[in-house]
Amino acid sequence: MRRTWWIYLIGVLGLVAVAAPFLWMVLGSFKTQGELLRVPPTWWPDQPTSQNYDELFSKANFPRYFLNSTLVALAVTAGNLVFCSMIGYALAKLRFKGRNALFVLVMATLMVPGMVTFVPLFVLVTNAGLANSYPGLILPFLVSPFGVFLMRQFFLGLPDDLIDAGRVDGTGELGIFARIMLPLTRPALATLGILTFLGSWNNFLWPLVIAQTEDKYTLPVALALYSTGQNAQNYGLLMAGAVVVVVPVLVMFLAFQRHVTRGIAITGLK
Amino acid sequence: MTAVTDRQAQAVRRKSPPGHPRRRITREAAAAWVLVLPFVVLFLAFTAGPVLGSFGMSFTDIKQRDLRTPLSVNGVGFDNYAKALSDETFRKAAFNTAYFVIVGVPLTLVVALGAAVLLDRGIKRFQALFKVAYYLPVVTSIVAIAVIWRFVLSPDNGLLNTALGWVGIDGPNWLASKTWAMPSLIAMAVWRNFGSAMIIFLAGLQGIPQSVEEAGQIDGAGPWQRFRYLILPLLRLTILFNCVTMGIGYLQFFEEPFVMTKGGPLDTTLSVSMYTYNQFGFGNYGLATSMAYILFVVIAVVTFIQFRLLKEK
Repeated sequence: MRRTWWIYLIGVLGLVAVAAPFLWMVLGSFKTQGELLRVPPTWWPDQPTSQNYDELFSKANFPRYFLNSTLVALAVTAGNLVFCSMIGYALAKLRFKGRNALFVLVMATLMVPGMVTFVPLFVLVTNAGLANSYPGLILPFLVSPFGVFLMRQFFLGLPDDLIDAGRVDGTGELGIFARIMLPLTRPALATLGILTFLGSWNNFLWPLVIAQTEDKYTLPVALALYSTGQNAQNYGLLMAGAVVVVVPVLVMFLAFQRHVTRGIAITGLK
Repeated sequence: MTAVTDRQAQAVRRKSPPGHPRRRITREAAAAWVLVLPFVVLFLAFTAGPVLGSFGMSFTDIKQRDLRTPLSVNGVGFDNYAKALSDETFRKAAFNTAYFVIVGVPLTLVVALGAAVLLDRGIKRFQALFKVAYYLPVVTSIVAIAVIWRFVLSPDNGLLNTALGWVGIDGPNWLASKTWAMPSLIAMAVWRNFGSAMIIFLAGLQGIPQSVEEAGQIDGAGPWQRFRYLILPLLRLTILFNCVTMGIGYLQFFEEPFVMTKGGPLDTTLSVSMYTYNQFGFGNYGLATSMAYILFVVIAVVTFIQFRLLKEK
């Protein structure tokens, strides 16, 4: 009994260490600039104020950044769900020339750093006239090697009998994919969808490079530039900005966490 | 003439007897290519193409002014690579990146494994709650985390120094100190990333049958011995996977110094990725791609070595 007591103590200390910066951020976003500079710092806001959020949403154009982030993340997620499930099925269940070579090639790019591709990508996208545009932000991320891997693994686990039965019934190959197999992958699609949305929402390097005017900034880009630019000393604004970036994904994660952790475990074990 | 026609006719007949399964295979392959095509087009244009393009650019003197005419540049052989490798700042960035990885990856894995064992063996009640909470930082934006941590680490009224003050320690100005800036970034990286490795360790631990430990218990092995000699070897593949993915991620660290230190003080937290990005910002595209490729080669080699060290035994 005494042993479990100290194990739980360690566990709770861990919780405090994980949660404290988040709480600090949320509480700080309701403090005035004067209170944020006070030594020693206060934990609860003395006079809670919404002025940081007012500034964020009226002067700082955060609604626009929020909209941009949402739009890009939704488009990227839709693309990954459609295209990765298509190729994932083909790689797992259909016989065609070059299948293994294609799979190996795609997996090899998993370890290519973003730094390697972004310069030529920038040249390409600029010359295609897509710099500082939504297509420029979205197109390079419509497919991902991770998505292919996840969907292929999941399709591999489905029985071939279903496909054979479809063929006997005279269903076309594409019909078998779309009407028989795809509906069975709903759990994998949920995992891929959430992970892709989170990844796109948090993506930084590419939007930093390609969004050149303020009206195309995504949230992380706006927050990073605010925090290193002329607003670097406006602590309340930055805290509130961080809340706007972090809280939507935390809520989303808590709602769908089963899918996220399961997906990670699937890819890690196979 | 007739003989040839006859033979052709025979060949045609042999090729497609009605109802033969061979026709189904070609239909299968056709369907496969329809399903694969959109991905392949996007993949070639936005991943494979740029990987090769980057390689090509690293051997040219391409600069920002060539942006609209990327094909009319001069080849310079290995000049960019030579320039990068002899650049003091690049070497410093390489050293910093190695520091971040060599300290950060093992630390993250130890914390992750500790948390996983704690949850798997110790914490039975509220296990799901602890698991989700420890995982929370993983899903959040590094930029936002870095902004928050700047306040946590702020010298006079930051959360950390205030907490240290309670136990009588006068904490330094973490991010402005040449000694402490990098450990601060590493601490933040461990805090943010241990959850993802923890989930995978947890899945690995849960895959080990209870009988393994029972056998050890019968043989009189203590808890630590059972963990060290029975559990840990069985987790080898899980450790390998975590090591590889963390290593690939940590070798590319970028947002942390970008937001928290801008690479300072005195370049002590400048990473290879950040220096590459800076060269791009200065318009030195050729040089930037050569630096990115050096990083790529290092990542590939490190990954390969990890596989060799941990996989076969």
